Amino acid sequence: MKIYVPRDAAARALGADAVAKALAAEAGRRGMDVEIIRNGSRGMVWLEPLVEIDRDGVRHAFGPMTPADVPGLFDGDGDKALGPTEDLDWMRRQTRLTFARCGVIDPLSLSDYEAHGGLTGLRRALGMGAEAIVEEVTASGLRGRGGAGFPTGIKWNTVRQADADQKYIVCNADEGDSGTFADRMIMEGDPFSLIEGMVIAGLGVGATQGYVYLRSEYPDAIDVMERAVDIARNNNVLGDVLHSGHHFDMEIRVGAGAYVCGEETSLLNSLEGKRGVVRAKPPLPALEGFLGKPTVVNNVISLATVPVIFERGAQHYADFGLGRSRGTVTLQIAGNVARGGLFETAFGVSLGEVVNDIAGGTLSGRPVKAVQVGGPLGAYLPVSKFDTPLGYEELDAQGGLIGHAGLVVFDDTADMRGLARFAMEFCAVESCGKCTPCRIGAVRGVETIDRIGQGDASAIPLLEDLCETMKDGSLCALGGFTPFPVMSALTHFPDEFAAAKEAAE
Amino acid sequence: MQPPQSTQNALAETDILAETDQIVSRHMTREGPLLPILHDMQDSFGHIPAAAIPRIADHLNLTRAEVHGVISFYHDFRDQPAGRHSLKICRSEACQAVGGAALSDHAKRRLGIDWHQTTEDGGITLEPIYCLGLCACGPAVLVDGDVVARVDADRLDTLIEGLSE
Ligand SMILES: Cc1cc2nc3c(=O)[nH]c(=O)nc-3n(C[C@H](O)[C@H](O)[C@H](O)COP(=O)(O)O)c2cc1C
Ligand code: FES
Repeated sequence: MKIYVPRDAAARALGADAVAKALAAEAGRRGMDVEIIRNGSRGMVWLEPLVEIDRDGVRHAFGPMTPADVPGLFDGDGDKALGPTEDLDWMRRQTRLTFARCGVIDPLSLSDYEAHGGLTGLRRALGMGAEAIVEEVTASGLRGRGGAGFPTGIKWNTVRQADADQKYIVCNADEGDSGTFADRMIMEGDPFSLIEGMVIAGLGVGATQGYVYLRSEYPDAIDVMERAVDIARNNNVLGDVLHSGHHFDMEIRVGAGAYVCGEETSLLNSLEGKRGVVRAKPPLPALEGFLGKPTVVNNVISLATVPVIFERGAQHYADFGLGRSRGTVTLQIAGNVARGGLFETAFGVSLGEVVNDIAGGTLSGRPVKAVQVGGPLGAYLPVSKFDTPLGYEELDAQGGLIGHAGLVVFDDTADMRGLARFAMEFCAVESCGKCTPCRIGAVRGVETIDRIGQGDASAIPLLEDLCETMKDGSLCALGGFTPFPVMSALTHFPDEFAAAKEAAE
Repeated sequence: MQPPQSTQNALAETDILAETDQIVSRHMTREGPLLPILHDMQDSFGHIPAAAIPRIADHLNLTRAEVHGVISFYHDFRDQPAGRHSLKICRSEACQAVGGAALSDHAKRRLGIDWHQTTEDGGITLEPIYCLGLCACGPAVLVDGDVVARVDADRLDTLIEGLSE
């Protein structure tokens, strides 16, 4: 009998290891022959640890499991039984392209990976030639999932056409945004998809070396990725790629706890062993990136989506989506929600449908007050904006960004002025220090919000001015976008900035 | 007779330098070896000993100031040893949405220390961390490198008690 217990960090943080141990012990006691597979997460975090049992090829879900629930699971009378996993509403409503295998396969089994469509895209790419590979990515409409939404095919083409003795593929796995965990989940649950995506990128642009810059806050992902790279190398996915004569190899590099190192030029400095300060652009990393060589810097999800584009064809991918946001968005639903987790769907679903319907509202049962979309640099949107469709241009029109597609839900107890202050404080803590609007502006921002808190209403226009200065004068989006959460809190919840005044009087 | 203090330090320093040489040699062939070196140094010593900085600088053809500048830039690297155990609490927004700030306050009160400080007995160092990717099951903490989710004050007390045993 096959039993699946996720090794995903969220599942482990909720007790999956103890459940796996209890399952093995109980099976031993009953003299049953079971194989426990540590898979990735299916993304239903509120049901983790979610255990699955394979019965005649159908996977049945149980969760959230505790060691005490284990005997019931074997007796078949467990009250944690949820029915076949694929029949769960959360699963049925998704379009899983990037995450098709995550939670399904054994993350470190290359044969499992291949049996579920893995390496099909790479084999196709090997027969295509560099220019056609890049054209396929362009045709898919894939845009960067790290935040900026830059068309991936255009970036690759710049690197492809650059003339250099060495080029690099750098995967941005710094995933520092609060409310996001898609990169972590795919690295822990389907690491070969990222590796395959990077190999295809290498073939497309003529790069032979890749790096994954992986944040140190993700020890589980580091472990899985390192093992997956070894397995890929031993099986000629890396090295002499599938014995084609094309060469590509890669290495995992661990970050050191600096949020700004998610910014691509800061990341490249860090990878070179320097302080993670932001570089002025131009030159673009595509032309002068790692060690001054042409470099593709792409987010984990951007790269991990490449294999399915080559497996099913660019058109299949591009057929999903809304406007200029093609394909699927890997939503991460977080914060105060009844049902949080990873939900992959075509772009265009409305914010309200996700929060109220898919996520089931708040965990506390209280009314939703605001949703921060797109990480710590994203806007706080009130319930009145719930009809906003999730897409790059659509969020932009609301003074926000979709970013890495994290949604953080807050109930009516949220302190919006406190959250605005936190945005400034975070920017001050994490600023690389290179430009004044960000380094000094953020410190002034905290002080100014404190003045507002003490009842000084004249500080409100100062805060607005400061935000304008930071927006216009910062070198990167850390200082440049911190005004989004601050100004959106001020604009949509003005009472919380004025109420402070009354309280002080 | 006790050896004089300076000899003790000198001995410790030769050990540090020998280990440093080994660590550096493991990474020298990499492109951009400094961060991997510093991570290994920190794993070995719990911090980056000052004595090692000139040695690393020599090997990599950098100035001491450059190496020092890199160490001071990153939150992960310490120039002083930490407590025997590490407790990191997520301060970011998704955890705040489910009581993260109150949890941090509780930890500080209970341990009698602020962020970046170590309890008097050298037992626990408390640090903020900005997101562990456990944002759908916050508040999240990292205890000696192990992730724990949905932590409330009681749960945290139990975790802290587990560390003082
Ligand atoms: C402060 C800051 C932090 C960022 N953090 C990340 C990150 O953690 N992961 C990421 O992929 N992109 C991050 N970005 C965006 C990157 O600079 C870059 O746009 C991205 O890696 C490009 O990959 P993509 O085109 O596939 O999105 C960040 C940007 C800024 C300004
Ligand atoms: S915000 Fe706390 S784990 Fe992400």
